[in-house]
Amino acid sequence: MTAVIGYGPVGGEPGEPRIDMKTWIGDWVLPSPVMTASGCSANGKELDAFFDLTRIGAVVTKSVMLAPRSGRATPRMAETPSGMLNSIGLQGPGIESFVENDLPWLRERGVRAVVSIAGGSVEEYGKLAQVLRYCEEISAVEVNISCPNVADRGQVFACDAKLAADVVSNVRRIIPSEIPVIAKLSPDVTDIVGIAYSVVKAGATALSLINTTLGMVIDTETLRPALAGVTGGLSGPAIRPIAVRCVWQVHEALPDIPIIGIGGIGSGLDALQFILAGASAVQVGTMTFNDPSAPQRVHIELARALAERGFGRFTDAIGYAHRPHEEPLSDFVADAWAEDDRAGEGADPARPLSSGAAG
Amino acid sequence: MPVQVRGEVLGVRRAGQYHVLTLTAPGIPELTRPGHFVGISVGGEGTGMILRRSFSIHKVADRGPYGGTLDIAFAVHGKGTAWMAGLDRHDSVDIVGPLGRPFALPREPVGCVLVAGGYGSAPMFMLAEQLRERGCRVDFVLGASTEDKLFGVLDAKRMASTLTVTTEDGSLGEKGRVTDVLPEIIERLGSSVVYACGPMGMLAAVADTAAAHGAYSQCAVEEAMACGIGVCMTCVLPVIGDDGVTRMLRSCIDGPVFRGDRVRWADVGTVPADTWGAPAGGH
Repeated sequence: MTAVIGYGPVGGEPGEPRIDMKTWIGDWVLPSPVMTASGCSANGKELDAFFDLTRIGAVVTKSVMLAPRSGRATPRMAETPSGMLNSIGLQGPGIESFVENDLPWLRERGVRAVVSIAGGSVEEYGKLAQVLRYCEEISAVEVNISCPNVADRGQVFACDAKLAADVVSNVRRIIPSEIPVIAKLSPDVTDIVGIAYSVVKAGATALSLINTTLGMVIDTETLRPALAGVTGGLSGPAIRPIAVRCVWQVHEALPDIPIIGIGGIGSGLDALQFILAGASAVQVGTMTFNDPSAPQRVHIELARALAERGFGRFTDAIGYAHRPHEEPLSDFVADAWAEDDRAGEGADPARPLSSGAAG
Repeated sequence: MPVQVRGEVLGVRRAGQYHVLTLTAPGIPELTRPGHFVGISVGGEGTGMILRRSFSIHKVADRGPYGGTLDIAFAVHGKGTAWMAGLDRHDSVDIVGPLGRPFALPREPVGCVLVAGGYGSAPMFMLAEQLRERGCRVDFVLGASTEDKLFGVLDAKRMASTLTVTTEDGSLGEKGRVTDVLPEIIERLGSSVVYACGPMGMLAAVADTAAAHGAYSQCAVEEAMACGIGVCMTCVLPVIGDDGVTRMLRSCIDGPVFRGDRVRWADVGTVPADTWGAPAGGH
């Protein structure tokens, strides 16, 4: 059976478990560890009809570049087993229009905004950061380094430790130090830990793991690639084990660096895998296409899953799977239980976790 | 604003080559206007099919013994639609809708020709009803490759002042395509607006024909969509704006209904060089 923690205001709506879902990305405190993923929530407005965007941790906006971008030709998408392939080409309005039209909407709604930026050169990332440094309404900047470097025959920044570090340090020195700079890494590398080290050394506050992995589908009727862009980024539950592995490896190597886990998260238990592997937060991406209210649902399900496993605080579960088996769970969450006792309702310290781990 | 609801299957019936699915969809029928569509999640619990399937809304009943219900028409093309065809009464389905920008209706009681290819006619009957309520004359042109691929011939006959059927093999009506008969109809009836829904090639030809004969056209496009709600940017096509600038617009949120004279039909599937934000060497 599962431990009952009680229900109350901490989690939010009635019926939500009373779990402290606060988390930290550097100095930034988020009331929920669940965010949208860049490119899967546009710039927020479109999801507003489906759930209250202020109730999740943050909206991560679609990667914006300096100039307006038309994106690529169609077809831009192919469904794959438990996933999809996309090749959009970063269609977007450009940074000026974004700052003028999209950011104010998020601020007026009180939505925490993580702005994702993308560039074709180290300088372009710097110019984007120059524009953003004066925008007070930004919670964090996520640097999408899975872009080809125009100056180097299209070598992807994220696949080269030095290039990746150059981009991140250029952004970091411009963005005010109190605003986290998050580097989003590509799984398409031989040593993700090496890239992680490199960007952290360059000043990244946190890491988003992972971006899509490169894939391809061939249409057996037309006998041609299914996407106009030939190759595309594979996303969705199909890549979740790769993402969990990346989070695990990087957390093991860099336990003090906050990680945002991304990759096919569509339920609270999916998110929990990432948390246990070492993520301090998660992003819900492709599964928002399946269920537009997925980010909010994942938050609620995650709170419930944590409660069922005896955790009183979200942060107690971060990296939990790295702990040796023999370590008793009850010691680990003792603080949280003590807090619950002080709150004086619902806690059941007699059965902190017992068999709760059976999910 | 769209809503996301759990609907209950009231039935799936065959309609020639197609299927018609009737669902309860609390809150959606009341908001539906002709041309709106819904996104249906397919495959059930634990499925590997993560993308919703989008279908234009065929009919709505905003009250009845089951509350509001809606009908969608579909053809079995792949695993997702095969799953839908196998739904049983009382099965539960997750529905998002109404989505998209519906057909614009004329303010004046003018003559309208409704042109559809295959089951592209699905949203046209609701449109015909609303046009008639406004005092508009409604004439139907339904086309398909063969007779069994037509959808809603009897409904069209009942609602329209005239119905013209074309089939490419001549199995019903006139042999040929909808655009073979459309010019004569527009000219003879002095129609002001042409509404069209069907395959991209047909829409392109209908839009050109309408423009050549002095009629406005409103075309509902069919593009592959991942999300249907405007966040994924996969369903884009080049459309000319009021400012004369071509942009890659999302058919799910800026469409699916576009003015026929604004879509760059010949360039659908590409990014024309003069598109806003188009790069010199491609993205």
